This record gives sequence, C-alpha cells and structure tokens, in this order.
Amino acid sequence: MTKDEIFGKVAATLVEALNVDDDQVKPTSTLQGDLGAESIDFLDIVFRLEREFNIKIPRGELFPESIFQNDPDFVKDGKVTPKGIAELEAKMPYADLADFKKDSSLENIGNLFTVELIVRYIQSKLA
Amino acid sequence: MRWIWIDRFTEFESGKKAVSIKNLSMAEDVFAEHFPGYPVMPAPLLLEGLAQTGGILVGEANQFREKVVLAKIPRARFHREVFAGEQLTLTAEILTLREEGALVAGRIHSEDELIVEAEIFFAHLDQARSGAIFGDRNFVFSGELKNLVGLAKAAAKPA
Repeated sequence: MTKDEIFGKVAATLVEALNVDDDQVKPTSTLQGDLGAESIDFLDIVFRLEREFNIKIPRGELFPESIFQNDPDFVKDGKVTPKGIAELEAKMPYADLADFKKDSSLENIGNLFTVELIVRYIQSKLA
Repeated sequence: MRWIWIDRFTEFESGKKAVSIKNLSMAEDVFAEHFPGYPVMPAPLLLEGLAQTGGILVGEANQFREKVVLAKIPRARFHREVFAGEQLTLTAEILTLREEGALVAGRIHSEDELIVEAEIFFAHLDQARSGAIFGDRNFVFSGELKNLVGLAKAAAKPA
C-alpha cells in the first residue's frame, strides 16, 4: 500500500470517528486542535484502524497514555525537560518533534497527535 | 431507581450477539408527557435499550468483572417514530472487544421493519482508578440490570 493510499484510508477512518468533513483532514491536522477529538475518540480511532488495516495496535503503542507519569524529571513548571523530550522520542518514534522542541510547554503535547503521525505508524506496521 | 429499557432476552450468544425485546406500553410514565395523545418513544430511550442490550453482552463477555459504561455513540439513524403498542426487537452484535472497551453494532426492528441503526462504543472503566473512586462493587451490573442478566443466561441455554 502506498503512503497516499494509507492516508486515504486513515482520513476516511477519521471522518467516521470524528464526524468531520473529508476536506478538513490534512496530514498536518492535529486530532484534538483541528479535528476536535476527545479522549474517548482516541480509543474509537484505534478500534477502527485495527479493523480497516487488519492489524493489532497494542494498548499505548499509537497513543501513549500518561507519557510522563507526573515524574518531575520529565516535566518542570509546565515545560517538558530535555529528559522528558528523550522520553517522548522513545515512546512516540513516529511523531514530528521539531515544533515541539521550540516550545516545550506541556499543553503543546496535544499538537503531536497529527494525521501524519497515524499514517507513519500504519506504514511501519504494514511494512 | 427503575431504569430498564428492555423486557427480556430472546437470544444470547456470549461474546457475539444478543437479542432482546421491549414492549411499548401506554402504562409507561414516559408517554404521559411525550406526548399527550401522541405516545412516541423518545429516541434516547431507544438508544438506552440498545446500550443495555449491548452493555450486558459486553459485560458478560468478561464475566462482569469490568465496569462497562456507555462512552460514545458514533452513529445513530432513526427511520420512523415508534408508538405505544409496538413490540421492538433489539439486536446487538460485538464488532470489536478489547481490554479498554468494545464497539457494538445495534439495530432495532418493529416486526420486520428496521427502525433504528446505531454504533455504540463502550468503555471499561479503569479497574484501578474506578476502584479508588467507586469502590470494588461493580455498580454497573447491580440491582435490576443484574436480574436481567439472569434472564439473559436463561435465554442462552438451548431449549
């Protein structure tokens, strides 16, 4: 399957799960900010991706839960520390951390969850 | 508090499918106000019936160890209104069942006519955290819902 084909199927899945329009879904779209996803939607998305691509997505592999576990080594004063960024890189190898490194406020973590993240993850699962 | 929107189970295939019946009666309180002279079953209560049918199916699949709660209804379509005097057949089928929750496809028929189609998403409340907040007792499957469970098991036994 080509990357475009994967994107097409992921976009269709997100349209179903999040009730958004087809043209709202772009690779750079953030799930929470742009597409209005809430926590329960993340689980719905995982279920649908499993069925659409016939793969198994172990819990926390695509959308890690409590990445930092309130560990003060990872988060200080609302900002993610360099150690925390290393933890992110380990737990979310498909994420694009370039922008996040410029402004590492904890509240920006949500922006890492993009459509592109899902597409890259699926690509590696299908490889 | 009485909150049972299905009357009995007619089929129960553990982990797969459950079929229940709901008889709509003029005696039900809901028809007094909704609406006087025009007893229409409110759509949310139709969905609640599907959620109870599906929720018991999902709960039973894990021997009622998990607290199964209705989390999201991604899709629901209603083809016509249903009235007091009709008998509804509610069918729930498990599409996906995982540690975190389940996705169920639900349909409601009145005789052979399809009335409602819906997808219902259940979540398993985290055992650790919900234990701390709500205590160990499984508050979801208690009281009347538990009685219905017994009836479900009776429906599962071969005749």
